[in-house]
Amino acid sequence: MPIVKVDKLSKAFGGIRAVSDISMSVEGGEIVGIIGPNGAGKTTFFNLLTGIYSPSSGAITYQLNKEVSSKSFKPHKMAKYGVARTFQNIRLFKNMSIMDNVLIGYHNNLDYGVVPSLFRLPSYYRNESNARAEVLKLLEIFKLSDKENEPASRLPYGEQRKVEIARALAAKPKLLLLDEPAAGMNPRETQELTSLLTWIKDEFKLTIMLIEHDMSLVMGICSKVFVFDYGMLIASGSPYEIQNNSQVIKAYLGGE
Amino acid sequence: MKLFNLKNAFSLSVVLVIYAAAGLLINSGFIDSYLFLNIVLIGINIILAVSLNLITGFTGQFSLGHAAFMSIGAYASAVITAKLSLPFWAGVAAAAFFAAVAGLVIGIPTLRLKGDYLAIATLGFGEIIKIIGLNIDYIGGATGLNDIPQYTTWTWLYFSVVATVLLVSNFVRSYNGRACIAIREDEIAAEAMGVNTTYYKVLVFTIGALFAGVAGALYANYFYFIKPDSFGFMKSIDILVIVVFGGMGSISGSIAGAVLLSIISLFLQSIPELRMVVYSVILFLIMVYRPNGLLGKAGFKFFKKRGARNAYSQSR
Repeated sequence: MPIVKVDKLSKAFGGIRAVSDISMSVEGGEIVGIIGPNGAGKTTFFNLLTGIYSPSSGAITYQLNKEVSSKSFKPHKMAKYGVARTFQNIRLFKNMSIMDNVLIGYHNNLDYGVVPSLFRLPSYYRNESNARAEVLKLLEIFKLSDKENEPASRLPYGEQRKVEIARALAAKPKLLLLDEPAAGMNPRETQELTSLLTWIKDEFKLTIMLIEHDMSLVMGICSKVFVFDYGMLIASGSPYEIQNNSQVIKAYLGGE
Repeated sequence: MKLFNLKNAFSLSVVLVIYAAAGLLINSGFIDSYLFLNIVLIGINIILAVSLNLITGFTGQFSLGHAAFMSIGAYASAVITAKLSLPFWAGVAAAAFFAAVAGLVIGIPTLRLKGDYLAIATLGFGEIIKIIGLNIDYIGGATGLNDIPQYTTWTWLYFSVVATVLLVSNFVRSYNGRACIAIREDEIAAEAMGVNTTYYKVLVFTIGALFAGVAGALYANYFYFIKPDSFGFMKSIDILVIVVFGGMGSISGSIAGAVLLSIISLFLQSIPELRMVVYSVILFLIMVYRPNGLLGKAGFKFFKKRGARNAYSQSR
């Protein structure tokens, strides 16, 4: 059974149809890629998947922690539903430490309440030290544990991307949405990320959807690729099929 | 190694020593009533600044209506102690309660607004409260309410300040406070990570209003007399100036700001004609040379590092 089902999804901003009539489904345990030229509606699609926008028509249905449809999407509830994401233009909490950034990802797993926070009751100490220990484990995976106290803004770009992924993972999602995870990384970092993502997928039993322009990454790890152009889904299939699809080649390179 | 560690024991003893020492000085008459009046003002300003810092400095919600919560607290306590002749603790409790309720009621509709719009909405709220105060005859209307019993003692003042500082700094160092700082830093990302931004904005507005209400009670029960005009727009600006001056998101900064600005205006009273000019120049210079406020960055970092170190020893 698919864990994400998108049914005739459209989103219009005034007269512009940013996402138009997209239907697709994603099976659990896959890494799927979404590619397409700039302005094809990929990020809008992610924003629809995470409740930042609500669809103009059509629906999204998740089978994660429970069945949820896009009617009840709210951005702050997505993490609870099992969906976490990263952003194209990194959105870290710049003045907060790496540790605190990732702890925000862990937010929904903490609910010791306001009164214990105000009075530092024992549950405060218990929960906080558990959370920090778990976050530290995550930071070790990304080789960031020695930088836990640095403010996020002081990290190089590639590491900021890693912190964002770690923050998303801290929410313990079932579905991880990565918006251009390799943007701004050098080829070696991209290669590291490629193997890391496969490892993360198995370790955390995740399904990953990623938007990416780096074809070596997409073709290397995605079992299925969806191609967007002008808000429409123009092709889908295995990386091999996509590479030889005439419509895809036309979208990227132009042609008759 | 938890609640009763060495550091807490040390802080507690410092708190008690300051309390006892100052109490002794006041009782012996070394601190005269004029000096004590200024100490009361500093204490009230610390409570106001720290509570506004929670809203504006930590959560990033620009509020220009903080004095209105203070006025609700002041009138609540005044009515309870002067009109109903109930003890002071009932006045403080009522002040905190009614101010918090006002914060909740005002927060729910206005906190959907962002930045400048929120500032204008809270400004309007402050004016509304003032006008309501001016038009209710039971609480004296424009002539104000007098003969309020003077219950605010050193003990009440000191422990209110300590409680405010302690509770607010505990709050900002919990997961709740982290969520608030995340909202300030990037609201969309915070929301995507599962932070219910509306809930937290309303929560800090309510907590901030609660402490402002306590400050109002202390004010009313020290100065015998209150009138709606004392809690107008200018008072809100004064509090905001302390917060910005001390450093947004720095509790130690708010305390330092409240103390320093009160002392500066105290000294400037000897030159009444130039008072506001010099005061403004000082504010201007601080903002030019320390745009993050007195303890802005430093305070923030100090506070971060210590938090992190604690966490490290906790995770051991």
